[in-house]
Amino acid sequence: MSDLALKDLYQGFRDPETIKALLKQIADKAPGLKEPLKIMEVCGGHTHSIMKYGIHQALPDNIEFIHGPGCPVCVMPKERIDQAIALAQQPDVILTTLGDMIRVPGSKSSLAQARAQGADVRPLYDPMDAVKLAQENPDKTVIYFAIGFETTTPMTAVLVQMADQLGLTNLLLHVNHVLVPPAVHAVMADGQAKVNAFIGPSHVSVITGAKVYQPIVDAYQTPVVVSGFEPVDVLEAVLMLVEQKLADKAELEIQYTRAVTIDGNTGAQAMVDKYLAVRPEFRWRGLGNIPNSALGLSPDYPHLNAEIKFKDILPSEELDDHKACMCGDILKGLAKPTDCKVFGRGCTPQTPMGSCMVSSEGACHAHFKYGEVIL
Amino acid sequence: MTATDNKRRIQLSHGGGGVEMNQLIRKLFFKYFSNEILIRDEDAARLDIQGPLAFTTDSFTVSPRQFKGGDLGKIAVAGTVNDLAMAGAIPQYLSCGFIIEEGLTFAELETLVKSMAEELEKSGARIVCGDTKVVPKGAADGIFINTSGVGQCIANPSWKKLEVGDAILVSRDVGRHGACILASREGMALEGDLASDCATLWDDVKRLLDAGIEVRAMRDATRGGLAAVLNEWAASRELGIKVEQDQVPIADEVQGLCELFGFEPMELANEGTFVLGVPADQAEQALALLKQGQESAAIIGTVVEQHVGKVVLTSPWGSQRYLELPKGELLPRIC
Repeated sequence: MSDLALKDLYQGFRDPETIKALLKQIADKAPGLKEPLKIMEVCGGHTHSIMKYGIHQALPDNIEFIHGPGCPVCVMPKERIDQAIALAQQPDVILTTLGDMIRVPGSKSSLAQARAQGADVRPLYDPMDAVKLAQENPDKTVIYFAIGFETTTPMTAVLVQMADQLGLTNLLLHVNHVLVPPAVHAVMADGQAKVNAFIGPSHVSVITGAKVYQPIVDAYQTPVVVSGFEPVDVLEAVLMLVEQKLADKAELEIQYTRAVTIDGNTGAQAMVDKYLAVRPEFRWRGLGNIPNSALGLSPDYPHLNAEIKFKDILPSEELDDHKACMCGDILKGLAKPTDCKVFGRGCTPQTPMGSCMVSSEGACHAHFKYGEVIL
Repeated sequence: MTATDNKRRIQLSHGGGGVEMNQLIRKLFFKYFSNEILIRDEDAARLDIQGPLAFTTDSFTVSPRQFKGGDLGKIAVAGTVNDLAMAGAIPQYLSCGFIIEEGLTFAELETLVKSMAEELEKSGARIVCGDTKVVPKGAADGIFINTSGVGQCIANPSWKKLEVGDAILVSRDVGRHGACILASREGMALEGDLASDCATLWDDVKRLLDAGIEVRAMRDATRGGLAAVLNEWAASRELGIKVEQDQVPIADEVQGLCELFGFEPMELANEGTFVLGVPADQAEQALALLKQGQESAAIIGTVVEQHVGKVVLTSPWGSQRYLELPKGELLPRIC
């Protein structure tokens, strides 16, 4: 880290002149589009960038972003959160997880509320910290509630490897990793979404390679451009999509060439394949059951699996969001956050009714936080 | 634990009101905070002070207690001195209450007390009374410090005085303390020299007031950072505040850390940065005076009639968004 100039990672990609030049190119070409370009940004990171940098404000009227299902916090069903809370409430358990997962409401409360009631819940910045915690607390059981898309799965795989190799008997995992391509298929196969182009998530693609999106291009004849998260990245990806549409093409392209290849990180993929396994089915919040859409712990490591060790106390009742909440339709690209009657009223980041309002990756949260400035 | 180690740690008896507590007060606190009012050792300090007065109190806890650019002791003094300075008051007399967890080392306590004494010298304020409590192991996180302060007001800044057209300035780059604490907690070896901005601000304030700058509003941007101060001003004054995003000074190390964790630098805490509103025609002079203290000081925005109660951030490419009041605890984005 000490040799890395962090500003090199973003500075040039926020250059106002480059942004203005890209916007002009898009504006010049957009009138040639035969139909409005409705781009689904699959990833919550893109939603966040688009809102934060006001990219949506600057585009021509016939280009629109539609938020997709790509927020790992937003798509976690209540029953899985209830399970995390049940684990956290066990005696001598330290429940660890990533980021704002601790604020997501389950059926009755959130991990943050469980923490306030005495449960030992700790958000981690690095899953490997769970190993250190387990070593420092030999009389406790440390459980890592693993979440995230393909981006974070290799870290979980490494954690399994370390726990196994170190012979740790007090570190367990509850694995809830979800996969991007099955979710995109679910959105498109539904037939209602008016999406005719995709911006693919770059962080996921660094691991998986861009190749995972080719079946989407082939099945629905929609272009996919794998894009970075900076304003210049997103605008260049939009320009690439416009050019494909003008040329009547539907192809897979990589804008984020500085980190993404077609094949991805094959070493990380091998780790994931060894330590994690595809679940036959997983229930997504707002989207329902999607086959082969999530990962669990490999059956080779039952001694590390919290779902097995604590199976008797884990709640399993399937629970949907509040009826007034439109998160399901928002995740499917059928509605905007502002279409929801409870948006910004009954549902705010402090009192989220639905998952899209909880996570900073969520579409509702991004709309609430950055909003529309009325000029 | 050896007998020697026991002697070198705070025990419950150090808060018991007996010999041990007496020794602690005289050998440590009186040694470093020595002044004629304190060492009179009465039940209350007798002060010679003219009104109008400003009076403030704050309790300080930070983890880790030692960080690049300061420590808990430095913050405990600078924080209260700065609260007085922001009220346009000369920082004069402070009280100091320690709540110490049994087991804290004497060496650490002495380091913190020494640091407090050094920070007091920067404004000339004095600790004139104090209190020590020792609580059983597990009842506190090492040590908590409370300081209260009183000082004579020589100006009367208030957010109520902000007017349309006023310029908004910051005294230096924002987000350093929050970023530094985050980096310390996570043990990150970052590029450059990411140190907290923790500092006493009285010199900067005095320079502005001595030069006759009409400081309309002034507030140190502690928890909640720049975003919290600006939103509070906009909401309470029923005006809007427009901020030019590229004018807000942010150190590369702070921005870089925020990129890694998904934080907003303008929401991160500061411990030595203040925000002020001045009439537009005094903005450049105020800026020049602030730059004598910190080169990164900047004019960042304007008070406007539109966007009542909101802070609007304009990007260098013309898009606009609200800068919201920070919410909840700081948690990193997941990916």
